[in-house]
Amino acid sequence: MTRLQNLLLGDTTANRVVPPSGFTASLTVISSAAMAFLAVFAIALFLAAGELSNRWEAELSGTATIRLPVSETIDDQVTNVLAALDQTPGIVSARRIDDSEQLALLAPWFGQDIPLGKLRLPVLIEVEETQAGPDVEGLSNRLAAEAPGAVYDNHSRWRIPLVEAADRLRNLALISLLLIASVVAVTIALAASSALAANGQIVDVLRLVGAEDRWIANAFTRRFTLRALGGAFAGAIIAAIAVALIPSGVDAGILSGLGFRGGQWLFILSVPCLAAGLAFLATQIAVARRLKEDG
Amino acid sequence: MIELNNVAMSYGGRALFENVSLLLPEGSFHFLTGPSGAGKTTLLKLCSLQLKASTGQVKLLGRPTDDLDRNQVAAFRRQIGVVHQDSRFVDHLSVQENVLLPLAVSHKATTDANDVSDLLGWVGLDHVAARMPPELSGGERQRAALARAIIQSPEIILADEPTGNVDWDMSLRLLDLLIELNRLGKTVLCATHDLNLIRQAKSRIPVRVLRIRDGGVAAAGADL
Repeated sequence: MTRLQNLLLGDTTANRVVPPSGFTASLTVISSAAMAFLAVFAIALFLAAGELSNRWEAELSGTATIRLPVSETIDDQVTNVLAALDQTPGIVSARRIDDSEQLALLAPWFGQDIPLGKLRLPVLIEVEETQAGPDVEGLSNRLAAEAPGAVYDNHSRWRIPLVEAADRLRNLALISLLLIASVVAVTIALAASSALAANGQIVDVLRLVGAEDRWIANAFTRRFTLRALGGAFAGAIIAAIAVALIPSGVDAGILSGLGFRGGQWLFILSVPCLAAGLAFLATQIAVARRLKEDG
Repeated sequence: MIELNNVAMSYGGRALFENVSLLLPEGSFHFLTGPSGAGKTTLLKLCSLQLKASTGQVKLLGRPTDDLDRNQVAAFRRQIGVVHQDSRFVDHLSVQENVLLPLAVSHKATTDANDVSDLLGWVGLDHVAARMPPELSGGERQRAALARAIIQSPEIILADEPTGNVDWDMSLRLLDLLIELNRLGKTVLCATHDLNLIRQAKSRIPVRVLRIRDGGVAAAGADL
């Protein structure tokens, strides 16, 4: 508590004992700002990938499609299949996809003027499953009996790779965050160590007058923590503005989900706080090690 | 009180001095003299705990200093005022802030502004309190170092060639300050090769002179 108090409130002389400028000051501020900028994007990507994964999982896991090849008795087959589905445990509802819906599905690839009547397109039945779902093997056998050539597709063939891809994207974002945090810590530790070496005369004077290592470390730590906080705050705000300016649209794919909603904006505030925390720890460790090495 | 018992110091296998035993009583004034490289500065650094003896024991203020941890060493240093020939400062702090550093690092409330002014006035630096150390002359730097060394009223004052970079008038002025501190009961150990300074001091107060030579320390003869 006392250390935190000292860090926040400071000590007039300790605040001034470390030179206010120098290349390490610029290095700390600029690297913290740059890393905070990247961290905000990594967080946005992490959240977007997570939402995408959940959405795909939720939207696709409860549905299935049955394809029936066109035949002379297609209408009877559809009726029989719907009746069979109605009696199958694990099925909530089933309905035939009509021509206008099929046209909407094909329009993105073939345009609006498709002569559906002249094409031998399979008939589609949309099925809504319960959470447990049906016995797929048993249902497939029954469908084969009612409508030879019918295929029951619960989308798992492409749903699972999509969800896995989204999960991997989320993991990559998380790894990026960890790497960014590591780079911040290492950069600030190096900057603090350099500052200590560059200010050897000051350290000698402080030791001569009886300063404990902790006092010297705190003087440097406070400077570097505040520099990191300021730099990261600026970087995070710039990144937040950049994220807010990303166009959102239904057709923008993953980009449409890249951003923050509601309470997620608070994550941005956590970036400078985390950067300051990292800077505090990195400087304390680097300075303590350096002071011990110097004897 | 400063006490050295069979202290030896060596650098890289070369013995600088061996079996040095000294007892500097409380309130005494000693000069340490000897040729350059004999180990005067090293001996003072041992007494200010800036160096650790290769063997033997250094006792300060009646307490052995062999097994002190880093914080205890720092605490001891706060009870010892040190002035070097080329005293260093925090160059971006004013003279007054530099003089107040020992209080800041020991978490003591800054003394009354008048006390600081009195101290700077005593060493003749009240007119340069707001200046930065690089703007000071050699004599002013030494007096600022002395003010910094004594602001916590230490029991021991160690001065390493304090008059090395100043003219004779300033040397006498610094000597006056050291003698005045000694009269206040402080134990003073001053390394110097300036025999005139030693003679000047001997003419005014009872001082003892130690000569460091050939790896040992002995009382100097009557020629000083």
